[in-house]
Amino acid sequence: MSTAPAPVLPSAGRTPPVRRRRLDTATLAAAAVVGVFVLLALFGPLLAPHDPNAVDPLGVNAGSSAGHLLGTDDTGRDILSRILCGARASMAAPALVVLVSTAAGTALALCAAWFGGWTDRLVSGALDVVFGFPGLIMAVLAAAVFGPGLAAPVIALSIAYLPLVTRVVRAAALKERSLPYVSALGLLGASTPRIWLRHLLPNLAPLILVQATIGFGYALLDVAAVSFIGLGSQPPAPEWGLMVSNGAPGILTGQPQQSLYAGLMIVVLVIAVNLLGSGLSRRLPGGAA
Amino acid sequence: MLEVRNLRKTFGDFVAVDDVAFRLEVGGSLAVVGESGSGKTTTARMIAGLEQPTAGSIAVAGKERGPGRPRGAGRRARAREIQMVFQDPYSSLDRRQRVRDAVAEAVRLHRPLRGPALAARVDELLDLVGVDERQAGSLPRALSGGQRQRVAIARALAAEPQVLILDEAVAALDVSIQAQILNLLAHIRTTTGTTLLFITHDLGVVPHICDEVLVMRSGQVVESGPVPSVLREPQHDYTRRLVASVPKPGWKPRRRAQPPAA
Repeated sequence: MSTAPAPVLPSAGRTPPVRRRRLDTATLAAAAVVGVFVLLALFGPLLAPHDPNAVDPLGVNAGSSAGHLLGTDDTGRDILSRILCGARASMAAPALVVLVSTAAGTALALCAAWFGGWTDRLVSGALDVVFGFPGLIMAVLAAAVFGPGLAAPVIALSIAYLPLVTRVVRAAALKERSLPYVSALGLLGASTPRIWLRHLLPNLAPLILVQATIGFGYALLDVAAVSFIGLGSQPPAPEWGLMVSNGAPGILTGQPQQSLYAGLMIVVLVIAVNLLGSGLSRRLPGGAA
Repeated sequence: MLEVRNLRKTFGDFVAVDDVAFRLEVGGSLAVVGESGSGKTTTARMIAGLEQPTAGSIAVAGKERGPGRPRGAGRRARAREIQMVFQDPYSSLDRRQRVRDAVAEAVRLHRPLRGPALAARVDELLDLVGVDERQAGSLPRALSGGQRQRVAIARALAAEPQVLILDEAVAALDVSIQAQILNLLAHIRTTTGTTLLFITHDLGVVPHICDEVLVMRSGQVVESGPVPSVLREPQHDYTRRLVASVPKPGWKPRRRAQPPAA
């Protein structure tokens, strides 16, 4: 095919200006808070002033002091050090839940939306069944069957979170797949993996990210709840849910610092993550400006 | 070049296309016209391979197009037979991909070009459709509907197709931009020798771009022939009404009956 330039053709005209929506202050603040927590998870053990498991029988349930900024718990361990060292365990488990459920859910959603027919019916039907089981119940049952520890609850919660991720991503993937640019790529001879990896996934990524962000908040609460009832992290591990549980008797005796500070970390992180998720979702196409 | 025989498509009990047949010569240009729901887009999608025909056959350059989506080299060979430009310019391009990258991706699927050779080929295609350097570096959201449609045409031409289907490709554009795109298509046809299949509901644009016309109604072909004779001496009542509905100079809309006074 000869394709000589055509000087007689009119140009395509002036390009209209484009305005981009900026993130609001609350979302930026939430992102900053989440960023701080991520840094704590990465470098918490380096910042801890004491060994998180070092007991001090002479300094139990002490209040704030220069040596122990957040006080000590019922065995004299430094609460600040335990919170800093516990950040990684407290955030890694829900992050793993979100990572597994998002990756598997996205793959299932793309298969269902792309292949349709019996693949879609099989995926949707199976996930409808899983949707019937509350995540926390599944996590508790898994821990009861396979023994205490975070591995079984993380797997159970990953499965429990699958239907939500899959449904949301499938709906968006169906809409994306119906767009003419996807048909055009198919007609051009692009392979299915190429269309998925270079076009569908990048376009679905903002939605997936928002879904994962919101899911992380729920997973954090669920993992903390499993640890709170004694089926997750085991003593003496510094983990926020476990710390809330261990400090609970202190609330009745006027020494709430362990439960208070660990609970505060969970609450602040969940609120920040939810605000961040909501703010990001408003930037998605169709989201409220 | 393109031969369609006894094409039929049903959706459940509904017959969308029934016994459509036509032949299009190399470098020819055929318009398929009809009202919404006449089956023209379904016909185009079957020819492109986006829908499976219930019955009938489609051949390009004497080679039958089989059912399903071929793999690897077969898929790319099929892409070089027929390309399609869609009606909606706003969703015809990946919104995250810059214009230059979109055209380069299409070129790379069909030619083993890299670096300066690839850039030269992309420039050649963008020049052909009148897209300048600044627009080439833009995301689709920075372009108007007409600009996006030019890019979609350039991307389709990257496969160097034997047949280019334009499915209501100017319907979403305003009249002046329609004229630009029609001139562009006429230029492409002359320059590249690409065979055009032009799907439209607007009989007014047909003489500007096509030699032959095929009129469809309720999934069936009611009339076909050279554009001048069909437009000047339509044989079928439906074609006569279509021709009469094209606005002409001096045309005045008929006044609506006044509602009765209360």
